[in-house]
Amino acid sequence: MHPGIIFLGVIVGSVLFHIYTPWWWTDIASNWGAMDDTINLTFWIGGGVFILVCLFMVYCILKFSYKEGRKVEYKPEDHKLEKILTIATTVGVIALLAPGLIVYNNYINTPKNALQVEVNAWQWGWQYRLPGEDGILGTAQVEKISDDNPFGINLDDPNGKDDILIQDDVLHLKTDRPVKILLRSLDVLHNYYVPQFRAKMDAIPGIISYYWFEPNKIGEYEVLCAEYCGVGHYAMRAKVIVESEGNYKNWIKEQETFSELIAKQENDKLKTTLFAKNDD
Amino acid sequence: MSDEYNQQNTPLEAQSSETMSGSSGTPSKDIDYVRPAEIPEQDLYHGHSFITKWVFCQDAKVIGIQYFLTAVFTGIVGLILSWLMRLQLGYPDLVPFITAEHYYQFVTMHGMIMVVYFLTALFLGGFGNYLIPLMVGARDMVFPYVNMVSFWMFFIAVCVLMASFFVPGGPTGAGWTLYPPQAILPGTPGSNMGITLMLISLSLFVIGFTMGGLNYIITILQARTRGMTLMRMPLTIWGIFTATALAMLAFPALLVSCIMMTLDKMLGTSFFMPAILQAGEVLSYGGGSPVLFQHLFWFFGHPEVYIVALPAFGIVSDLISVHARKNIFGYRMMVWAIVGIGALSFFVWAHHMYVSGMNPWFGFFFATTTLIIAVPTALKVYNWIITLFRANIRMNTVMLFCLGFIVTFVNGGITGIFLGNVAVDIPLSDTYFVIAHFHMVMGIAPLMVIMGAVYHWFPLVTGRMLSEKLGKWHFWFTFLGAYSIYFPMHYLGFIGVPRRYYEMYDSPYVTSATGMNEFITVAALIVGFSQLIFIYNIVTSLKIGKPAGKNPWKANSLEWLTPDVPPTHGNWGEKLPVVHRWPYDFNVPGAKEDYITQTTPPSEVINAEVEKT
Repeated sequence: MHPGIIFLGVIVGSVLFHIYTPWWWTDIASNWGAMDDTINLTFWIGGGVFILVCLFMVYCILKFSYKEGRKVEYKPEDHKLEKILTIATTVGVIALLAPGLIVYNNYINTPKNALQVEVNAWQWGWQYRLPGEDGILGTAQVEKISDDNPFGINLDDPNGKDDILIQDDVLHLKTDRPVKILLRSLDVLHNYYVPQFRAKMDAIPGIISYYWFEPNKIGEYEVLCAEYCGVGHYAMRAKVIVESEGNYKNWIKEQETFSELIAKQENDKLKTTLFAKNDD
Repeated sequence: MSDEYNQQNTPLEAQSSETMSGSSGTPSKDIDYVRPAEIPEQDLYHGHSFITKWVFCQDAKVIGIQYFLTAVFTGIVGLILSWLMRLQLGYPDLVPFITAEHYYQFVTMHGMIMVVYFLTALFLGGFGNYLIPLMVGARDMVFPYVNMVSFWMFFIAVCVLMASFFVPGGPTGAGWTLYPPQAILPGTPGSNMGITLMLISLSLFVIGFTMGGLNYIITILQARTRGMTLMRMPLTIWGIFTATALAMLAFPALLVSCIMMTLDKMLGTSFFMPAILQAGEVLSYGGGSPVLFQHLFWFFGHPEVYIVALPAFGIVSDLISVHARKNIFGYRMMVWAIVGIGALSFFVWAHHMYVSGMNPWFGFFFATTTLIIAVPTALKVYNWIITLFRANIRMNTVMLFCLGFIVTFVNGGITGIFLGNVAVDIPLSDTYFVIAHFHMVMGIAPLMVIMGAVYHWFPLVTGRMLSEKLGKWHFWFTFLGAYSIYFPMHYLGFIGVPRRYYEMYDSPYVTSATGMNEFITVAALIVGFSQLIFIYNIVTSLKIGKPAGKNPWKANSLEWLTPDVPPTHGNWGEKLPVVHRWPYDFNVPGAKEDYITQTTPPSEVINAEVEKT
């Protein structure tokens, strides 16, 4: 068989695989449909170029296989052709880049009404902090973390007192309301990634990074750590539950604020000291 | 030799080339005029004992073979590691000794070995050493002794790297990118001796490579023979030259980041280490930036991609031209594309960091620069396929590998446009799409070129041909096998399967990929084992291969025009060659043969209607 036929088979096979593949995007559950669109656009333009280039290659090798004395074109350069190809490629690249940058601009500009959620990552687990009624998260530092203060919130910061602390890896979110995920890491790099939301960003110790999305489908989603963080990386999963406003409110009510936690701890301490005194 | 140089030089010195061409000399003398040599020839040290001839040898050709064999050895280690990874992914629990620790160690060592110790060493150390002096018409590298030391530094670096497999805790499992803080914290396998040896080994590699690299650059700039202008150099040399220049500028970033991380590890400095809480204790670090390391790493790491790719571009251009019996289309554009890609490659590094938490505004800049680089890259692809148009293509093993390169490179280049475009990268980064992309574009595609190049230059190096029949089997197993590993793998990335996962458990959207994972593993085993055909072909052809004779491919470039095959130390016997044209004069109208070698003076092919010389 002529090798050209096999190469042709590879190209046709690739296209058929793409059309009939059972492996495709997980159903989107956020506002980032535009990312899927840019990917599809890239598929059309890029796939078209791949097919054209490869078919031309196959044509050449089928048509111009070695034959003694074949007349070969001698044309070292063709400025006109080179110019046309340069311009066409540049146009194609702009057609891909421009929509991509528009989507990216949306990605880095969080809407004003976004709910803030701080995601705390460590080797190997997650916890969350939500701003309380004031809507502002208190400042926090790794150095201040202790058993009494699991998020390292600055005690002098009044904004931190009403912060809602979720020492669990299940996060609840309201449907159809933008969320700004603020990422903090206590040790190494991590990444809070839900494939259905499309968005992701690394959590870095010492810096707060962010991204936003708007969940728009009620359901339960698995969170995967998407930045290698040591030997437990693959097991660093969590869960996001997207639910209706009502359910979300009920859930929030059950959560503990920082001041409640302090009060509870002081209560506990008082009790222990009291018991200790009684023992005397 | 120096006497001869003076004799040649004196009568011509007085006249510049302009006055010569217009002067009244005989026509044949006129058109054959080549500017005299500007520097005297170098004297070489010829080894006499076995040690000076084959071990601490100063002949660039032997050094090239030493580099080649050492790199191939590390490559085989890397290949075996990839099998172990694939076994775990395709058939979890089948091999009981692959724990999560081991899996991450395999991932890390596989990546680092393949990128640095295999591909870089093979292209620049291997092909660079063998081909540069031969192709530019020099007797050897300009600093043969330093060149020898370069190889032995590389050899020590490989030994240190391999030693890390045997130290307590094993090699580092930090991922080949070695991102701190995890790379030096106990949550990562090999975070004690493993990472330290890795950093030392990389530092040694950079030191050794700098010695070799300076040699390559200076040899190409200073030791070209008479008539070998820069714009007459084979594209192989342009590719290796530009890649080496990139390496000289990029490797220092790796070296300093290795040194800084070693200090963080050994002395407790905090270059890359912010305040960190581990197991309830706040460590003594503070104030450092993990993102700084990523910037330094990728400032090296992205040019590194082109350090591998540019020699491949150059070599494949030459192979295509020789075996398609046609000049490479748009030579000047090819040269400027190589140089342009090389320059641009220093302005795109942060496209590896779109989701790293760096300032998000960088995304605009780096997405734009990254897609700009697609233009010269695409032009190179066009020029390769236009070269095939109306050519006379020998469908031999070399050409098959070139075609395999074009298919895999175009495929991988286009997925690169996905990942370079920041909005598209966000969902795909850190998934199997990335793995598929970079293996296609900087794993398989350069490998296709390496293998094609071995089939092409084996007759020169050994004086014997490789078996075509075995070569074709080897090609189809490798190409079809590798393509069926990486093409479907992109789709795992679409599902959202993250990379560097030892196990997926039962994630709902992942279990659907089990069948594909098994298939990929089987394909990987087949591709790996089919390399035995290649090794068998090489070993047997050394003894029983058809004698190649001089210039078996009817190529034009200088390496095929040495008085002895294989070329001996000093390459050119008594007299250096004189170059009259570029190396791509195939099927020139009016010429008797379908090729005109670079040393053929115009007076011998007076009827040939040469356009470009």
